[in-house]
Amino acid sequence: MAKRPAPGPLEYLRRWPLQLWLAGVGIFLYAPLVALMVFSFNDSRRNIVWQGFTLKYYEKALNNASLIEAFVNSLTIAAVSTFLSLILGALAALALWRFRFPGKTGFDGALALPIVAPEICLGVAMLVFFAKVLPWPQGLPWPMNLGAIIIAHVSFSFPFVAVVVRARMASFNRELEEAARDLGASEWRTLKDVILPHMTPSLVAGGFLAFTLSLDDFVITFFTSGPDTVTFPVKVYSMVRFSVTPEVNAASTILIVLTVVLTAIALKVQGDPASTAGGHAALDRPKDRP
Amino acid sequence: MEQHWKSAKGLFSAVLGPPLFWLVLFFMIPMGIVWLYSFGENRGLTEIALTGTFSNYLRAFDPLYLKIFVKSVGIAGLTTLICLVIGFPVALAITFAPAKAKTWLLLAVMLPFWTNLLIRTYALIAVLRTEGYVNQSLEWLWNGLDAVVGVLGVGALGPFQPLELLHNNFAVVLGLVYVHLPFMVLPLYSALDRLDTSLLEASLDLGAGHLRTLLTIVAPLALPGIASGVVITFIPALGSYLTPDLLGGPDSQMIANIIERQFKRANDWPFGAALSFLLMYMTFIAIALQAMLSRRRREPA
Repeated sequence: MAKRPAPGPLEYLRRWPLQLWLAGVGIFLYAPLVALMVFSFNDSRRNIVWQGFTLKYYEKALNNASLIEAFVNSLTIAAVSTFLSLILGALAALALWRFRFPGKTGFDGALALPIVAPEICLGVAMLVFFAKVLPWPQGLPWPMNLGAIIIAHVSFSFPFVAVVVRARMASFNRELEEAARDLGASEWRTLKDVILPHMTPSLVAGGFLAFTLSLDDFVITFFTSGPDTVTFPVKVYSMVRFSVTPEVNAASTILIVLTVVLTAIALKVQGDPASTAGGHAALDRPKDRP
Repeated sequence: MEQHWKSAKGLFSAVLGPPLFWLVLFFMIPMGIVWLYSFGENRGLTEIALTGTFSNYLRAFDPLYLKIFVKSVGIAGLTTLICLVIGFPVALAITFAPAKAKTWLLLAVMLPFWTNLLIRTYALIAVLRTEGYVNQSLEWLWNGLDAVVGVLGVGALGPFQPLELLHNNFAVVLGLVYVHLPFMVLPLYSALDRLDTSLLEASLDLGAGHLRTLLTIVAPLALPGIASGVVITFIPALGSYLTPDLLGGPDSQMIANIIERQFKRANDWPFGAALSFLLMYMTFIAIALQAMLSRRRREPA
């Protein structure tokens, strides 16, 4: 076997101390999740020693009506709040990109507040708001009863969408818009045929971010949900408080798989993982490839 | 050029109106009410009188609560430090990895970050609890050792004592590091990725070791990125509710847990409101410090 050349001065990835370090961090990040997934197939209530393969906990989880209801609630909330966040976020980004107006800095700063404010503060603010200002009616038919949670989720999601879309619009060549206008396109037509296509990748990334944020949220939902509006994280929370059961493992595995699938789809659509990162740092860098 | 709003008033209000309306009604007003309540007093069961008192804030400086504030800052600070120590080599390796490996490594760091927080915390509980995977493995090793000792006839080790890994401060810090590590690695990576590698190569060529190059060349140049990583990790760690709640013991309560208790159990909204605004102010201070630091770096020396 030919000996590979010695690692170059900056090829840190090929040095063993770093490889060891990366392997350690990888185990730290993934071992608990992998163990959780593997033991969801374990035929033992005690959940520790491997007793053989089974799907019975999946059957149990899928027959647990309240767990399924919570799961459907979570997906519904995520879908609706993503839709609203995309509209509001794109509009906010457009306003900041397109116009000069008094109070622009203030609006820009206020838009960043829901991103930086600690979750617990937003949670209690929503609790107080829906208790004192806008009491959400009890006992509404199904999708309507989730209204308060959806509103809360949109409030913390749409500023993220705005950041992602705005970063994308920074690379838009304004002359294209002028050209379209010169050629007689209306304001609406320019928006639809020139600006929107440029914006699309950031809408995909922002939508993915909003969906994940909503699906993931526990704290803010915990403060806005009532007894008949339980979401998946809130349901898992109440199950975990009592005990560690294989049923929770099974339900969690389903959600992890869903996350991985969604990530894969988002990457496929997006192409470049760095730009779906949620780290906008990667987005505001000038693109060095076409 | 940006257009002045007066030249297209209709379009302007159609574009700015909805997000502004939402932000004011469903964010500013709820926050404002909490802020007002922090200067109020409880009257009866549900009435809160806005008396303009500062007693809620003063109460937060009661030794009992002050201790929790200090402890929260300590736990969040320790979490941030550990994340920095663990995350820096990871970010460095990703930065100088070949393009294909880079994509996969970034993805590997981000995937847990996209996985549900509750599921990740639950996974840690399963690892750490008394009958968890760590203790099970240790017990197996212990029993093996016990058998060997028995065969040798030296004496017995006695029954296995499981380690208490859950419901203490150790578990809280471990959980916070587990959850926040990606928050640190991503900004570090984006800062390191912008570095001019020729500076590093020059330093190495001139005979400085890797460690010295890291400390004297990379760290100062990447300081703004390090600062933003520190703030991005510190803020959510300081305000975390779920991790201390599920992994912590009775003495590992953090600020968020105290706030939750005021609103959901103790029914003392004014005090809870004051605590949550103190947390907000601490967040702002952290952000301001970081902004100052990065501005100072940008000014020519």
